[in-house]
Amino acid sequence: MKRFTCGELVEVITAYLDDALDQPSRAGIEVHLSCCEDCGHYVDQFRSTIRALGDQPPEKLSHGTRERLMSAFRSRRPA
Amino acid sequence: MGSFAGSTLPPDDIVVSALRAGDEAMFAALLDTWSRGMLRVARTYVSTDDSAEEVVQDTWLAVIGAIDGFEGRSSVKTWVYRILVNTAKKRSVRESRTLPWSALELDAGPTVDPSRFHGTDAALPGSWKESPAVWPTPESQALAAEVRGLIGEALAGLPPRQRIVITLRDVEGCTSEEVCEILEISAANQRVLLHRARAVVRGRLEDYFESVKQAE
Repeated sequence: MKRFTCGELVEVITAYLDDALDQPSRAGIEVHLSCCEDCGHYVDQFRSTIRALGDQPPEKLSHGTRERLMSAFRSRRPA
Repeated sequence: MGSFAGSTLPPDDIVVSALRAGDEAMFAALLDTWSRGMLRVARTYVSTDDSAEEVVQDTWLAVIGAIDGFEGRSSVKTWVYRILVNTAKKRSVRESRTLPWSALELDAGPTVDPSRFHGTDAALPGSWKESPAVWPTPESQALAAEVRGLIGEALAGLPPRQRIVITLRDVEGCTSEEVCEILEISAANQRVLLHRARAVVRGRLEDYFESVKQAE
């Protein structure tokens, strides 16, 4: 198992969340998180950030562009 | 999350044969499901909403023209997004707004201020001096709207490569494999850019929640 300081742990959170760490590192992170409340808070902040990023307002094609594209698709070949 | 959660779209082979057969409903479904994310990605390359819309339009026109030749070497979504990124890059060159894709961005060094951790002479070197705060859940509409606005600003201020990766991954919900394929970057590079971008946005949120707390 690899040991992490808090300062090291904060740099591998994305790799940890993506399950891209080797097994000793993963185990080290899990042990660290099980006993370090501070890093737990930081990881929670990171997760909240990721969640909030997925909540951006939706974008939309203008009606005119959508119509133009539908008609381009229609005229692609004779129906 | 993710405007192309894709759960409503059928598998690729069905999508492709429907498009080739001229199935308008299928084309409309793709258009409505993917254009939202495409607009956001286009905007990271070009300067105006109109340009972004033209990039998305040109992309779909290219897709319509090329669907018969689609070889299925990637997913349809990745294929469409690669056309989008190439179209957007060309457009940004015309606008003389070339992404400094290869220029030096700050891709190294710590993402958390080292002074927030104890030094080597402490009992627990590298541990937090002060615990990171527990953030409130933005339950109220007003708070959620403010956070949304703040994140929009934070995204706009990111270096281009970080911005495009975090937009694809976290705003649009692409997988890391998809992002690597679309942008033709390595998994490690993708992760570094994503992590740095997330850390910047987290920092902005931290400042915001801190200021909210102090105002209370």
